[in-house]
Amino acid sequence: MTEILTPAESEALLLSLRVSAVAVFAALPFAFAAALLLARTQFFGKTLVDGLIHVPLVLPPVAIGFLLLTIFGTRAGLGAWLLAHFGIRFVFSWTGAALASAIITFPFQVRAIRLALESADKGLNEAAETLGAGWWDRLVNVTLPLALPGIFAGIITAFAASLGEFGAIITFVANIPGQTRTLPLAIYTALQAPGGETEAARLSVLAIILALIFMTLAEIASRRAQRTT
Amino acid sequence: MSIDVSLAHDFPGFALDVRFSVERPGVTALFGPSGAGKTSIINAIAGTFRPQQGRIVIAGRPVFDSARSLWLSPRSRRTGYVFQDARLFPHMSVRDNLLFGWRRAQKRAERGEIERIIALLGLEHLQERMPRSLSGGEKSRVGLGRALLSSPDILLLDEPLAALDAQRRQEILPYLEKLRDEAGLPMLYVSHALDEVARLADQIVVLRDGRVARQGSVFDVLSDIELPAFAGSPPLGAVIETKIGARRGDGLTALDFEGGTLLVQELNRPQGTVLRVRIRAEEIMLALEEPRTISANNVLLMTVQGIRHDSATHADVQLLCGRTRLVASITRASLERLKLIAGKPVFAIIKSVTVDTQMTPQMD
Repeated sequence: MTEILTPAESEALLLSLRVSAVAVFAALPFAFAAALLLARTQFFGKTLVDGLIHVPLVLPPVAIGFLLLTIFGTRAGLGAWLLAHFGIRFVFSWTGAALASAIITFPFQVRAIRLALESADKGLNEAAETLGAGWWDRLVNVTLPLALPGIFAGIITAFAASLGEFGAIITFVANIPGQTRTLPLAIYTALQAPGGETEAARLSVLAIILALIFMTLAEIASRRAQRTT
Repeated sequence: MSIDVSLAHDFPGFALDVRFSVERPGVTALFGPSGAGKTSIINAIAGTFRPQQGRIVIAGRPVFDSARSLWLSPRSRRTGYVFQDARLFPHMSVRDNLLFGWRRAQKRAERGEIERIIALLGLEHLQERMPRSLSGGEKSRVGLGRALLSSPDILLLDEPLAALDAQRRQEILPYLEKLRDEAGLPMLYVSHALDEVARLADQIVVLRDGRVARQGSVFDVLSDIELPAFAGSPPLGAVIETKIGARRGDGLTALDFEGGTLLVQELNRPQGTVLRVRIRAEEIMLALEEPRTISANNVLLMTVQGIRHDSATHADVQLLCGRTRLVASITRASLERLKLIAGKPVFAIIKSVTVDTQMTPQMD
């Protein structure tokens, strides 16, 4: 890889992959819980919760970055408290980039998993219940395995979307090489420098290749999801 | 072991209000047209549908009592539910499907018992397969086995044959008969097909518009000329329990019943075997004098018990032969010519007898 990519390029690529992976897998349990709540239960305010989960889809990413900055900034509030008690700092750190990506791509995961849960046969859950399986038992041994293709589809779609995140990251955690300069930020940086078009083009090709790989994987996963349900 | 069911529920535009019991090991059929409330009742027993009012006791254990706000979840009711659409877990092998309930049962069947049930249902060679690759009939058998292996107190069967074609149905019926005779479990069998009920059931609960229209043994209920009035218009016919009599040398087998003997084509079964036979109402002709020169093998002297005019052209005649009740369907013209009235003796010429192939247990 080192022969094809410059150290700065591979740094941006690996950072992008790491930020997206952490963002997607850290959000997965919450996305599953949210999808389960929306697919299986009726409660007061469900429409509101459903709306809130989908807000990141329509809100400008920059606004989300700004909101995160307000909440997790180390000068005050939750950010100061986290830093004082746990030494956790999101701002200007790659974990903050992952947090921003996780929030932006959360709706993609919830939607895919919810769809899989809703199309899964409720009768199977009922059958498991008459055969003596309790709530957790049914979740682990019936619901989860049947939702697996949907979960895969959600993971891949969210991962692909996360790779392209720009606004929220640059607003929340700035543009620090090796820390928060993911591929999109590296492209932007190259364009800011005089004569950086070649560099920007190289990075863009890299982004296109990545996008193609993940779109293909997402397509395969969603086809699998349809076949099993 | 008994099951007592009483429940009431108001659906939009339809009220369910039933009370019945399943008294002994054997098959009780819940019979009625679609929309009569059959599946709601079975779901209430299994615990997947909660009625507004009622009380359900399974094997002495109350599982639902609206007066005491008692409602056990489906998982703690120990009912074996056989679904119409099998509902096998698609991501598990046949073996894992079969053992799903067994692994979660409080009192588990022994290993030998598992293999016996698997063999009884003819599933030995299917165990490693995935449900997707099974035929409809095989899926039904796996569904049956899965319910049985969960060691239930009652087996609930929701039209297990309805999704199958006629040929598959004939493939499954013998297994159900074997189960009835060997499992020693009370079975509640939901059906709208009278031929299945006639073949399998001991007791029948006839449902009509959300109420119990009639309840009794299949031998009494199916031969009742009033059946069309309370059950819609199913085909009429008597179900009779018979026992193979002394061997004859003429290519025929004698079937003794309470009221006489029927002759049927030779059966390869030992003397004393109990068989259930059916005689459809259209298969009986009536005569006032004994027809001596006739090709029919079965001519029996009976007494007319009652007559029901069921249409402009036909009438159903209730017949009593010893202690056995039969029914004949004849034309209104014949009825008038023979001047049949209750109490009059007649000769019944039985054109054909349907013998169900599976054995039932010995009567004595």
